[in-house]
Amino acid sequence: MRIIFKKSYDADIGLFKHGFHAFWYMLLLVIAIALPYLVGEFLLGEFTSMLIWAVAGMGLMLLVGHTGQASLGHAAFLAVGAYTNVLFMENWGLPFLLSMPLAGLCAAFAGMLIAIPTTKLHGIYLAIATMAIGILSESIIVILEPWTGGVSGIFAPDIELFGISFNRYANITGMYWLYLAITVLILIGYRNILRSPLGRSFAAVRDSEISAQAMGVNIARTRTLAFAISCGITGVAGAMMGHFSGVFNNETFNIVISITLLLMIVVGGIGFIQGAFMGAIVIVFLPQAISFVRDIINGMTGGSSMTIPGLESGVFGAILVAVILFEPNGLWGRWLKIRTYFELFPFYRRDMFRRQKSYLKTERMR
Amino acid sequence: MSLLELENVTLKFGGVTAVDDVSFAVEEGEVFALVGPNGAGKSTIFNLISRIYDPFAGDIRFQGQSLLDRQPYEIAGLGIARTFQNIELFEQASVLQNLLVGRHKHRKSNPVGEMFFTPFVRREEKRHRKAVEEVIDFLDLQPYREKFIAGLPYGVRKVVEMGRALAIEPKLLLLDEPASGLSVEETQDVAFWIEDIKKLMGITVLMVEHDMSLVSAVSDRVMALADGRMLAIGTPEEVQRDPKVIEAYIGSDDAEDAA
Repeated sequence: MRIIFKKSYDADIGLFKHGFHAFWYMLLLVIAIALPYLVGEFLLGEFTSMLIWAVAGMGLMLLVGHTGQASLGHAAFLAVGAYTNVLFMENWGLPFLLSMPLAGLCAAFAGMLIAIPTTKLHGIYLAIATMAIGILSESIIVILEPWTGGVSGIFAPDIELFGISFNRYANITGMYWLYLAITVLILIGYRNILRSPLGRSFAAVRDSEISAQAMGVNIARTRTLAFAISCGITGVAGAMMGHFSGVFNNETFNIVISITLLLMIVVGGIGFIQGAFMGAIVIVFLPQAISFVRDIINGMTGGSSMTIPGLESGVFGAILVAVILFEPNGLWGRWLKIRTYFELFPFYRRDMFRRQKSYLKTERMR
Repeated sequence: MSLLELENVTLKFGGVTAVDDVSFAVEEGEVFALVGPNGAGKSTIFNLISRIYDPFAGDIRFQGQSLLDRQPYEIAGLGIARTFQNIELFEQASVLQNLLVGRHKHRKSNPVGEMFFTPFVRREEKRHRKAVEEVIDFLDLQPYREKFIAGLPYGVRKVVEMGRALAIEPKLLLLDEPASGLSVEETQDVAFWIEDIKKLMGITVLMVEHDMSLVSAVSDRVMALADGRMLAIGTPEEVQRDPKVIEAYIGSDDAEDAA
């Protein structure tokens, strides 16, 4: 059993809960940096894709997990980020290090524009409104053909940085490191938000708007801010995605991407930053795992390359159903339980994580 | 000038008059209790002061200023804190985080600085933490600091909600049934705390309560309400002896005859 002895308030304010956490996360970072020397080019590409999904997931997690606002249209903000980034680079000749944050700002602004008229909407109604925006954005991309290239799409130029050119096919290692750096920066920013008054006001809006208001939290402003930050992060992920896929059109950012994003954070563990990463790992590596298992089975049965259509989405759907039924806190929530079991061994109780149903929840004034 | 004044406040929900021409004033430094049967309009008066409802007629003034041209989120900034009858805590957050949300109106940092967690934000965090620790000491919440609300028993939640209101450092504290659902010992604790809030912290308390023993133990003045109308106002003894109050609670002879 581990007992943490705290000597100052800094211990509670710090980035990490305690030294053990700091150690493990630093070890993870070191492994992540050393990854290009450990795995082949194909897998490195998959890891890069995982980072992009994780950033997009963090964007959505901030909104859904930490502010409690549903969004089924986040692909629209991926699109805003991806297109504005390329437009800034092509038309104004801006370097990536400038165009990417600008693209994030554009997406944040777009998110704010969406948030202001929807501040009064809750739950399913907000989900429908954002879904409408997600569907609309596809058509808008087609309509704005002079800039977006319409259905034929647009090419993302190579990233030029300090005289080195980054391209998925020519220099995947460089691209991976660049994206890792962006991911870590966003991760730190996200963690900073959560440990400061802003993050607490998000949680307040999520759990009880009525008492958040009584504590002096301006609900409309907080929700707009949450949308802006969330969409900004998603926009950055969009910019990263654009360079990674090289070419994209309206189909790249369709409604399925929005839904996948939402399912991803649910599977990963809603309300935890780590959940975004867990979800991204599932999304990216599930197809690899399936083909890996398929090859083994084929080798054992001696069958030819058998393929089952829709197997990936089927397995993903099964995982989703299992998560919702057995572990509402997702993969990260399950890991937390396992960790607590070993930390407290042998004192873990079965209902340690059970949430007590509060009674007297009538008279909710909405 | 009284701290809080309600003047001829009326509120109607459709055809139902929830609060009917109610006027009273809470003086600085007193404990003022609202009593009355269910549906008398006590909680509605709280929600009017919190600006959740707009009154149909009348005026509500705090320190001489009308609250009616204020937004609901500005009320805490003026120095009015409240608790809720049905406990409205932030369930998926720890006790500490809940109390720190109470410090929201004292926040001086801006969102951009918080994203980078500048040294100023860190200093502010420590300042708020110190203030919150004082509340924790006052209410004996030390064992629960890191606990999530969702796993806490009802009695502790009630105390945490009071703590969150105290973290605001208000001038006026609105307590909506602070002792409902509590055991006898817990109710006694609440009585001591209300005394201390008044005497040590100098905070004026306006409370709604059904437990008459608590009301008579701590309150300086009591107002009885029934069907949205004021019945009596005065010391706890005076109000309890008032024939109109007895009639509202127990019923009159006429009512029995009619039935």
